Amino acid sequence: MRKSVVAALLFTAACSSTPPPKTASSKPSGPPEIVSIPADPYPSTYRPFPSVTTVIQNANIYDGKGGKLVGGAVRLENGKIAEIGQSVAVPAGAQVIDARGLWVTPGIIDIHSHMGDYPAPGVEANSDGNEATSPNRSEVWAEHSVWPQDPQFTRALAGGVTTFHVLPGSANLFGGRGVTLRNVLGRTAQDMKFPGAPASLKMACGENPKRVYGSKNQPPATRMGNMAVNRQVWSDAAIYKRKWDDYGKRARAGTAKPTDAPRRELSNDTLMGVLNGDILVQNHCYRADEMANVIAMSKEFGYKVSAFHHAVEAYKIADLLKQNDICAAIWADWWGFKMESYDGIRENAAFVDAAGGCTVIHSDDADGTQRLNQEAAKAMAAGRRAGLPITPEHAWTWLSLNPAKGLGIASQTGSLEPGKRADVILWNGEPFSVYSRPEKVWIDGAVMYDWADPAKRPVTDFELGQPGRGDTK
Amino acid sequence: MKALLALLLAAAAPAAAETIAITGGTVAGTLSDAPIEGGTIVVRDGRIVAVGRGVAVPAGATVIDATGQWVTPGIFAGMAYMGISEVDGVGATNDRGAEKSPFSAAIDIAPGINPAANNIAVERQGGVTRSAIGPNATREIFGGQGAVISLAAAGDIVTRPRAFQYVELGEAGARSAGGSRPVAFLNFRNALQEAQRYAASPVRYTDGRGRDDLLTRLDAAALVPVVEGRQQLIVHVERAQDIRNVLALRREFPKLRLILLGAREGWLVAGDIAAAKVPVITQPMLDNPNSFEALASTRNNVGRLVRAGVVVGLGLIEQDASFQARNLPNYAGNMVAQAKVPGGVGLTWAEALRSVTSAPAAIFGMGDTGSLASGQRGDIVVWDGDPLELTSAPTAVLIDGVRQPITSRQTELRDRYLGLQNQAAPLQYRR
Repeated sequence: MRKSVVAALLFTAACSSTPPPKTASSKPSGPPEIVSIPADPYPSTYRPFPSVTTVIQNANIYDGKGGKLVGGAVRLENGKIAEIGQSVAVPAGAQVIDARGLWVTPGIIDIHSHMGDYPAPGVEANSDGNEATSPNRSEVWAEHSVWPQDPQFTRALAGGVTTFHVLPGSANLFGGRGVTLRNVLGRTAQDMKFPGAPASLKMACGENPKRVYGSKNQPPATRMGNMAVNRQVWSDAAIYKRKWDDYGKRARAGTAKPTDAPRRELSNDTLMGVLNGDILVQNHCYRADEMANVIAMSKEFGYKVSAFHHAVEAYKIADLLKQNDICAAIWADWWGFKMESYDGIRENAAFVDAAGGCTVIHSDDADGTQRLNQEAAKAMAAGRRAGLPITPEHAWTWLSLNPAKGLGIASQTGSLEPGKRADVILWNGEPFSVYSRPEKVWIDGAVMYDWADPAKRPVTDFELGQPGRGDTK
Repeated sequence: MKALLALLLAAAAPAAAETIAITGGTVAGTLSDAPIEGGTIVVRDGRIVAVGRGVAVPAGATVIDATGQWVTPGIFAGMAYMGISEVDGVGATNDRGAEKSPFSAAIDIAPGINPAANNIAVERQGGVTRSAIGPNATREIFGGQGAVISLAAAGDIVTRPRAFQYVELGEAGARSAGGSRPVAFLNFRNALQEAQRYAASPVRYTDGRGRDDLLTRLDAAALVPVVEGRQQLIVHVERAQDIRNVLALRREFPKLRLILLGAREGWLVAGDIAAAKVPVITQPMLDNPNSFEALASTRNNVGRLVRAGVVVGLGLIEQDASFQARNLPNYAGNMVAQAKVPGGVGLTWAEALRSVTSAPAAIFGMGDTGSLASGQRGDIVVWDGDPLELTSAPTAVLIDGVRQPITSRQTELRDRYLGLQNQAAPLQYRR
């Protein structure tokens, strides 16, 4: 991590899971007044729904971290996974589900979503995912476009998605901040925010930024232009960070007045957050050579890429991704729709996995997000056919624990381990079968979807009074 | 590598050269719903000549041992775009649409179909043997004339050129027609009336063109077979009322042979569609209300249409982001899953298989493919598991009785990068 302790002190609170301190500048008196950047000005107002202690017994379980239990059990208590094993304690009054013949997995985490920002219906008036007005728009936050009445959330829930990460689009090199949401509907985006999840910075390589800005006759117009603009932005961000670090040091020593504080630049706030290690970079990047360029750039400026998204060519540099501890977030088999997707192969996920890397199956699509288990199944099967012995319980890590790692929330969710959030799917069959569907979905131990109970099928405001509202999806 | 070469050579050989017997497999997609265990299929001169248990293997036949595997008809994509585009986003390789063309209905996409396009090999690897290929309608409501192709590695792959005319009459049609549905329907009626005038007298139509004639001569001529019922007309509509309006067009043009594409609100008017005996091609899992014309989207659509008696074939429509016909068997499998959801309406397994084989074939008037029965074309796939399952893949593909390669550019990329760590030389030397 970075050496600048002061900066870390100033900024760590911005996105860490500990409750943020109040902005120092609002305190009336006391020790020297130090101006700081508000740590969490749009905090999560999410509250888990009421739950009852639930024991699921006799289930086949993929635990999300690579393990499998045949005829096992799991207990959900106070919104958390309380116990998992061949058998678990059954407290008095617990709801007991006999899951003979059924399967249990952790909830699916989609690391790449635009739900809320590109909601249904996909009309221009609701199209809020790309602030395509400058190649660096690090100051915009995807959460400020999220429409909490997006019907797409409910279909994703029926497919077992319990957490998802909403990213700005890829028109810009720096698209802005992404946000991790619980798939629990609310009246505001803040109602859905995953408490304590780090923000991300969406970056994009390749065709999109150079096309969007090149066509406006402004940089970048080429891949080398992409890199040049990126590097200048990082260089400027480093200056911004030095100013704040220096101010913080002097303020703490009592030699700086509040009026000495640097002018806040919202774009650089985000970039400084990355340089301080608090904001995770989620980088849209298809081609292997471009990912390698980005890795070198991240070393030049001292930051880390958390995951490459749409990494269609990850298999060509699986070793490099492993060495640099970067996840590859990918589709199972999309290819050929644009030049940089031309070399897509179905073995991509398996090859990254075989190199010891972090494979994540993502959607980028409100239709695909409903069936990420099916995408993973295809990728797993392709790997096996190529001779890689991937078990289903291992492949489930691509859908829960690995995306949780990529989002910095693995300590809270992503696997069925005691103490973690009780984000759980009960499937009516083996979860990688095309014939299987979620029967029930728990989020923080509360049943948020039940295929047999229309009352547990949310209907957004938009769908009220519309044909097909509340239909089984 | 040598095996691949041999296979390619075999594929290039004339169909008549070989008699093939596929033995021992679980044979599905026959004339009965129940799969035949341990069935044999004999293919000669490109056609299936025998199917069943206990069928004798003819002397000299090449035997494909399918023991422990599944055998089905080849997958028939009710709508897809392989061959007409190599890289969608690279205009020079994408011949689906022609925004700047003065022509619309007259466009015949067959010359744009490239048998060497890599997506043909990739889709074939996934068991797709035939497909309807539709044009894009962008400038006008009419996109032109689509084709039915085979995905064979050799020979002329255009099975039926000019198989259908394509028209947009929903939101997209309203947009290209000038801004409203009434204008789209007016354009449509005007175009067909002009076609009727053209049919009555091509000379007078050409010489006496009035100021309000909108079509080029070739476009008018191209719509004659549509209005006379000699060519099918695929109409892309989603909204229930648009579907009703399309069905009502037959009052004015009684010979129209309609196929509905999309029809995501079809379940709301399933009885009307069934009564009109109009088939539907759709993508069955799109359940988001992602346009105002598809507010009632549901995964129950296909099941409800089939229960009402509508013939439904699966195909790709624009909202399908993955846009790959090789996933259609999985889509069909999802319809079986849908039937298990409480309150859900889906398909039986046999219906699901038909929705990607015989149903789309029948919709396009190709009753000689899509089933495993004597007299049918030898479009056959052997799978290493349940053909609708996500983890299954073809181990053999036959088209018109000719064994096909099931490798592609993707296979070569895979093999080049498998075992990445041991490199003596740059990977570009490995092939």
